[in-house]
Amino acid sequence: MADQVTLTIDGVSVSVPKGTLIVDAAKRIDNDIPVFCYHPKLKPVGMCRMCLVEVGRVMKDRATGQVVLDDAGQPKVGFGPKLETACTTPVEPGMVVVGASQKVTDARDDILEFLLTSHPLDCPVCDKGGECPLQNLTLRHGPGKSRFVYDEKQKNDKHVPLGGPDDALIFLDRERCIQCARCTRFCDEIADDHVLGFYQRGRKIEIATFSEPGFDSKFSGNTTDICPVGALTTADFRFGARPWELTTSASICNHCPVGCNTTFSTRREAKSGGKQVIKRVLPRQNEQVNEVWICDKGRFGYHFIESPARLTAPLVRKDGKLVEATWDEALTRVAETFKAAGSALVGLAGGRLSNEDLFAFKQAVSGVGGKALLDAPLAGGDLTTVVGVSAGVNSGAGTDLGQIGKGTAILVVASDLEEEAPLWWLRVKAAAERGATLIVANARPTKTDRYAKHVVRYDVGNAVSTLAGMLLEGSSDYATAFAQAENALVFYGREGLDFAGTQALAQACANLLIETKHVGRAQNGLIGVWTTANAQGAAELGLTTTPASPAVLAAARAAWFVGTDPLGDGRLTRKDLPPFTVVQELFLTDTAKAADVVLPAAAWAEREGTYTSGERRVQRFYPAVPAPGATRPDCQIAAEIGKAMGATRFGGFPAQVFLEIARTVPAFAGLNYAAVSKVAPQWPDVGGRDQYYGGASTTNLQGLGVQLPSAAERGTVPQAARAEAPALAHPVGTLLVLPIAKLYDRGATFAPSTLVHPRVPAPFVAINPADAARIGLADGDEAELALDADTVLVVAKVTADAPEGVLLLPVGLGVATPEGPAPARVAKSARVAA
Amino acid sequence: MDQGKHILFRHRDIANLRDLDVYLAHGGFEAFKKAVTTLTPQQVIDEVKNAGLRGRGGAGFPTGLKWSFLTKDSFPRYVVINSDESEPGTFKDREILTHNPFQFLEGAMITAYASQANTIYNYVRGEYWDVVAGLERCVAQLYERGFLGEKLFGTEFKLDFFHHRGAGAYICGEESALLESIEGKLGQPRLKPPFPADKGLYAKPTVVNNTETVTNVPFIIQHGAAAYRQNGTEKSPGTKLFCLSGHIQKPGNVELPLGTTLRELIYTHGGGIRGGKGFKAVMLSGASSVVLKVDDALLDTPLDYESVAAKGAMLGSASVIVLDETVDLSWVILKTTRFFKHESCGKCTPCREGTFWMLSILERINQGGAAKADVDLLQNVASQIQNKCLCPLGEFSVTPVLASLKTFRGDFDARTTDGAPKAAPKSAPKKAAVEAGD
Ligand SMILES: Cc1cc2nc3c(=O)[nH]c(=O)nc-3n(C[C@H](O)[C@H](O)[C@H](O)COP(=O)(O)O)c2cc1C
Ligand code: SF4
Ligand code: SF4
Ligand code: SF4
Ligand code: FES
Repeated sequence: MADQVTLTIDGVSVSVPKGTLIVDAAKRIDNDIPVFCYHPKLKPVGMCRMCLVEVGRVMKDRATGQVVLDDAGQPKVGFGPKLETACTTPVEPGMVVVGASQKVTDARDDILEFLLTSHPLDCPVCDKGGECPLQNLTLRHGPGKSRFVYDEKQKNDKHVPLGGPDDALIFLDRERCIQCARCTRFCDEIADDHVLGFYQRGRKIEIATFSEPGFDSKFSGNTTDICPVGALTTADFRFGARPWELTTSASICNHCPVGCNTTFSTRREAKSGGKQVIKRVLPRQNEQVNEVWICDKGRFGYHFIESPARLTAPLVRKDGKLVEATWDEALTRVAETFKAAGSALVGLAGGRLSNEDLFAFKQAVSGVGGKALLDAPLAGGDLTTVVGVSAGVNSGAGTDLGQIGKGTAILVVASDLEEEAPLWWLRVKAAAERGATLIVANARPTKTDRYAKHVVRYDVGNAVSTLAGMLLEGSSDYATAFAQAENALVFYGREGLDFAGTQALAQACANLLIETKHVGRAQNGLIGVWTTANAQGAAELGLTTTPASPAVLAAARAAWFVGTDPLGDGRLTRKDLPPFTVVQELFLTDTAKAADVVLPAAAWAEREGTYTSGERRVQRFYPAVPAPGATRPDCQIAAEIGKAMGATRFGGFPAQVFLEIARTVPAFAGLNYAAVSKVAPQWPDVGGRDQYYGGASTTNLQGLGVQLPSAAERGTVPQAARAEAPALAHPVGTLLVLPIAKLYDRGATFAPSTLVHPRVPAPFVAINPADAARIGLADGDEAELALDADTVLVVAKVTADAPEGVLLLPVGLGVATPEGPAPARVAKSARVAA
Repeated sequence: MDQGKHILFRHRDIANLRDLDVYLAHGGFEAFKKAVTTLTPQQVIDEVKNAGLRGRGGAGFPTGLKWSFLTKDSFPRYVVINSDESEPGTFKDREILTHNPFQFLEGAMITAYASQANTIYNYVRGEYWDVVAGLERCVAQLYERGFLGEKLFGTEFKLDFFHHRGAGAYICGEESALLESIEGKLGQPRLKPPFPADKGLYAKPTVVNNTETVTNVPFIIQHGAAAYRQNGTEKSPGTKLFCLSGHIQKPGNVELPLGTTLRELIYTHGGGIRGGKGFKAVMLSGASSVVLKVDDALLDTPLDYESVAAKGAMLGSASVIVLDETVDLSWVILKTTRFFKHESCGKCTPCREGTFWMLSILERINQGGAAKADVDLLQNVASQIQNKCLCPLGEFSVTPVLASLKTFRGDFDARTTDGAPKAAPKSAPKKAAVEAGD
């Protein structure tokens, strides 16, 4: 191939693409050149000097430019006097690289000795000990004895919180830091959060954070994985365990639709009463999903499973009170009553349930003629199953954001990707940097705008008409760019829309993709920025999305809520409930408190199952810790209820349910756990034999998942349909409240991670300076927000990010928020601050 | 050279040359006008190439050649003047900037014309804040008189001039760290390639030249390459500013043709060694020098780039530090090492850790806490740093160490004892800390 370069590294010939760095070329042939500052996901800096090699180049005659030949007619190779850094030097044809010589070994020994002169050598108490690149390379290159006088060591600060002492998620040990700049470069290049940097110079140089709050990034934890020493540790894991005591089990993050591949590190410990407990969450490499990163919610947001408030036994209402009961008693009562209700049974499940759970649930409910619904605020699952991203059944390769660049248009509409699906934000940003045409359409600015080629600003309520407008010939430069792109992806969210609005927006997005012929092919299609991890799975399994409302339950005689809490969200009240209500949950939620039977469920880390990500990838998770008390997996409970009603016949083990899915749901045809668990070599090869190349990120041995073919790929011809949003009611004299999503909220599965509490904002409204001035509100004032009948107290944030006439109100911070935009009044609170 | 006829230090011949009217009365800005109105940028480059002007910032790189490396058809371009002047023993740019500012400005402006740049940044050593204040006034005058700004001399050429003050870091004299600093970032060198001529300031093609370098340019354009070559040698033409310091009778700057012998420099122009003492050693390029033992052969060495290189040293910025017979080299090397340890930017391991280690050993040696083996260790550590650094600063730090150990090893050995090494006291008294510059 013309763009391949062939060179020799330690006697082995290798061909790599032009522009490849020596260090990566060597990695391709399993030649591990030691590195500290280099990381395959970051730009090279050549700072640590550990990767020195001898480099010989084909000699050319200065005057003629001709290659000089030796006596044998072979090109002559000349070596320079200096060693060169393999991490910054690109390969050249005919290059000869020597890493196995004494000269090179000596040089690496030299660098290592230098690093150790300032290192505290506190491996015995260091969290990194046991999986530390510096420790490992010291075993290979370190001097047996120190020539540095110990008393002359420079003392630096240890246990430095990167943030306030109470809100820091990451701690820094300045003595251990080897100044490799991986952390700062991660923040600058990958996360685009410029919050970490070097301060001072020379031997005094140190990492410092200069944001308020400190290290203000949703991706901060990743720096602890790639830090080649124990200088950066998480508040969650530090001093928690030694790496060699830990057992790992693969999982999938269930906080958002990205479906990041993760690994739980667990151990059995006396401190926890001899139980197996989760000590940390690490990213697990999946280049098609999350590469080697996860966000901090995924990393720190697992503590809910160990909450003492977990339900551990079935509860049955007796004499008006919920009391513990046996599974037999509870299930018999449920099955009998559900069966009797028949078509008057309404089941509402949350999108956090696994494919197996949702399927068993749906089969049980529909088996007796009831209605099985997905209780979620974002519609369009019926469309993403058809025109969603394609698995590339005809081309071999599926849809992969990591491969997207020039020639592809990405439209993000009505979503704040960084807050709603952080890893998608990183991936979309990187795609834009590689040359993809990013179009961001929203009623207000978001961080995604930074990388947008086109920012489309519409008035609240005009998302659908803006999208519909893109179909008019030559209507705008961005519409043309989208239509003419070879490939196109659309991410749509629900910002500024009620449920009906989201249905219309999804349809408008689908229409756009259909009309511009961006469906049924890999690297094309529609992606819903769902509010939960498995809403796409629910759609694939045929559940209809309908948010819980009094109307949905109007004719019901029995209701079954699984993993959803509409009473807690304020969408239902007790009087809306039918005569018989069953709640299947992790916690005694408000809905559970009102139920007749409460069934305790096992959390995802306590069982196995699969999720379908927003990119329609079915991915498997495994049990990490035992399920507490009498809890059972949701699918097992549902299968038993189904069986008892005579509605279903399959067994309730996740693998059994999955086989049933594969047998009956066309999109899943031919799948089984073995297929979903397949792995293949990934590049860059991080977490291999050496730990220095990629950081602590664990190798993926448990499955890369399988992307489902869309209905369009399976022969359905997608049809455009009318898409119109209902008009917004907006009485004169009121402002419009626009509910917005925040990654850090007070949701039941995040709140128990108390460590992150200081980063969860107090309830606030963002208001435009012009509106604030008119109302007499200053930044930081306490404000009374009147919505419908309710008045709540919130903090006013005066910012131009809020469009005039619009109040941005975050969802999930403990203040009831409307489903979509709603009129509101705001005034300065009359309450005198204490 | 005729002492009445300076090329760079014309203020020594003409009173009040820092007054714009005086400067104009002596042919000021005629070279600039000639270039802009009658020469193409390429013709200016060719003239400077023919003159054989070499960079005075240290490396002696041919200036015209550097200008011709700018990436074709890539704009905007920048000219950045390096007035960081932080090498110990160097104080020549300061005299130019203070007393002959307009000739410097004119040279920078011709450089910009030749480079097709419309913006000049002059990066000045932070401690020269008073010098910058004076330069700012000069620049304001040039805008007023139409030498800077839009449509110069009625042509389409426009030019702006800005000053940027450093914050006391030697490393910011290294051109790529300097560019980072102008961009508002931490002063650390960049990886090369890309070189500034390709991706310099704000990733645009950039010329970086020393103050003294560009101050030569008006003469070359006005009088031609041949006139310029009247001074100096074939390969090192022109005059050079020599900064004399140390045990010299008459410390200060002196402008002499390149190729003047060390003997003439020290004894004719510097008045000889202070107190008539013996001349033990010399450092020709400040703290980064190869320390040379003085003998007759050395005294007869012509001070030009090639002849000094032949002696295994560098002419550098010609910051000549004279060391008399009373000097103990282990003390001198303590000073240079303390400087480099203090100035190491910390980006790369060998320099960051190695200078710190060398300083520890040298402090032990100088405080009598060192064992014999410590001198070998010092040599070892210095060699261990050598050729592994990211930028020349780390390499500079070992140059005087290794040279002194080679030639004056006795000075070091004499200070050691037979015992085991004792750590130098950690909490140095306040006075010592100030002296150390920490
Ligand atoms: C550590 C270090 C310090 C330097 N300091 C200066 C300086 O103070 N002034 C200067 O002009 N060049 C200095 N240089 C050289 C510059 O990097 C650059 O080569 C020079 O400015 C180019 O200008 P010239 O071609 O006109 O000499 C330094 C180089 C290094 C490596
Ligand atoms: S904290 Fe870790 S990642 Fe950051 S510079 Fe130090 S050693 Fe490198
Ligand atoms: S981006 Fe989403 S899936 Fe990934 S770790 Fe964060 S919350 Fe979990
Ligand atoms: S050699 Fe010294 S000054 Fe240069 S980059 Fe390395 S640490 Fe910085
Ligand atoms: S210099 Fe190459 S890995 Fe650090």
